[in-house]
Amino acid sequence: MDLSAIIIEPGFFSNQPVQTALVVSAITAVVSAVVGVFTVIRGQSFAGHAFSDIGGAGASGAVLVGAQPLLGFVTLNVAAAGVMEMIGIRRARGRDLATGIVLGVALGFSALFLFLATTYTSTSGATVSILFGSLFTVAPSLIPVVAVLGAFVMALIAILYRPLLLTSIDYELAAVRGVPIRLVGIGYLIALALAVSLSSITIGAILSTALLVGPPATALRLTKRTGTAIAVASAVGVAAAWLGILISYDTASWSADGNGWPVSFCIVAVVFVFYVSASFPSRLGHRVRGHHQEPVKSLEPS
Amino acid sequence: MVLAGRTILDRVSFTVAPGSFTGLIGSNGAGKTTLLKTILGLVKPTSGTVSIGGAAGPRRDPIVGYVPQKIALEPDAPLRARDLIGLGLDGHRYGMTRPSARRRNLIDEILAAVNATRFADRRVGRLSGGEQQRVMIAHALISRPRLLLLDEPLANLDIGSSHEVVELLRRIATDQGIAIVLTAHDMNPLLHAMDRIVYIARGRAVSGTTAEVVRTETLSELYGYHVEVIHAAGRVLVAAGEAGEGKNARTPPAPPDSQVG
Ligand SMILES: Nc1ncnc2c1ncn2[C@@H]1O[C@H](COP(=O)(O)OP(=O)(O)OP(=O)(O)O)[C@@H](O)[C@H]1O
Ligand SMILES: [Mg+2]
Repeated sequence: MDLSAIIIEPGFFSNQPVQTALVVSAITAVVSAVVGVFTVIRGQSFAGHAFSDIGGAGASGAVLVGAQPLLGFVTLNVAAAGVMEMIGIRRARGRDLATGIVLGVALGFSALFLFLATTYTSTSGATVSILFGSLFTVAPSLIPVVAVLGAFVMALIAILYRPLLLTSIDYELAAVRGVPIRLVGIGYLIALALAVSLSSITIGAILSTALLVGPPATALRLTKRTGTAIAVASAVGVAAAWLGILISYDTASWSADGNGWPVSFCIVAVVFVFYVSASFPSRLGHRVRGHHQEPVKSLEPS
Repeated sequence: MVLAGRTILDRVSFTVAPGSFTGLIGSNGAGKTTLLKTILGLVKPTSGTVSIGGAAGPRRDPIVGYVPQKIALEPDAPLRARDLIGLGLDGHRYGMTRPSARRRNLIDEILAAVNATRFADRRVGRLSGGEQQRVMIAHALISRPRLLLLDEPLANLDIGSSHEVVELLRRIATDQGIAIVLTAHDMNPLLHAMDRIVYIARGRAVSGTTAEVVRTETLSELYGYHVEVIHAAGRVLVAAGEAGEGKNARTPPAPPDSQVG
């Protein structure tokens, strides 16, 4: 038995659910990272959380009527993006109470729909799979849908790239330069809504923002350039997703009854480990700077 | 200008010439920001017009540059000072930034012009207020506007930095022939730099040279009660004087600079 067989349990790559999981999670991780960097720059991770609550209700409703959860996530999140644009995301955040109540009601509906679905239909396990994800049960037929949605989000962000940065500095400044700020705002919210939807079917509605915020937060510790941050965040996201899948698969092979650790937990745990390790170089840097009083070279060439 | 049923500014009229330096002076809530936004076209005046430039300059060049009072970027945001300045060049275009030597040179030039080369590669969100102010000025200047509007560029700056920023703006106006209009609640740091002052109070404004406007008679008429303009140690103080008799017997609200020592 060689070393690689210990690290990667036999059957990992030939296992069909694993293959689907690797593909879906990679697309999701890249999309989440790209959108997430802008979410952090624009200070809108609040909207991401809102989408995860609202999308959960949509997916639960979809399960209840026998539709694909992804359809529920996407439909309700895109609708929510429209509503957020109408009332103004900044104002929504300012109105803590009203927003909190709306999001609470959304979670309440998730609870109701999931209760009804598990009680009256044969969809046992829907609760866990909607809220906490079940990457290994994603149907291979969903891959093309995920790929198309992912490509759409990436194209949207690529087109809106500069106006998104300009509006994040000051939206009136952008308006003065002739940027259609409402159009850019709604375009970004739709990208975010779709990214959270994809992330929700990968690691569950509740954990979905972990892929959205974690890898970008890790990247921001390592670089101060937008483009590099997007690349690093994508790499971190994919690495975390794949490592998480591997750990989950391995723990299943090791255990006697074939039940491994939940893949969502494994992915989120790896995201967290990456984030914490990325904090060390900068802390080290501060110490070096303090002692030698010379600027520390950043990670990228300037 | 009527906002939410309240008349904020009424019958305000002034002109600025290329290369001139104009200060819009008024206390908090006087309507300085509202006036700037009207010029920028961000709010529509209830009546009246704003005309800029007459004949347009070189095509595609924006005519007006704007520096907002405060930008709220996350300290961690991966956006360097030079990136933000680059967005002044092409941030309104769709698609991603295409780096080029020409673009880089333009940015380096403008960085040197506003004396910001030192922190060009630092994150904008982590710069100090004064450093951010310079970066935002560079951002506005790089698109070569003919009119540059700045909202309270001296707020949050200490005396030294505020002096530096005023000198910088004065030089830009003269060297590049750009008309500069800025708002401030304290006119003192601007006194020697301003070609014209637009003094706003009680919804109205008087404009002219500082010598014409900053006088006891002119400002008393604007405020509608007696204010005393006091020159002391190279500074100007506008102090509330006696209240007029009869209907205006209660103590008038203090003019902007009355508490400045
Ligand atoms: N959208 C609005 N609707 C109603 N009133 C407004 C609106 N915007 C501004 N105002 C009011 O207009 C007045 C002038 O506001 P403005 O922001 O122009 O003042 P300012 O001179 O810039 O003050 P500051 O020095 O505090 O920045 C204030 O009384 C303000 O409350
Ligand atoms: Mg103001």
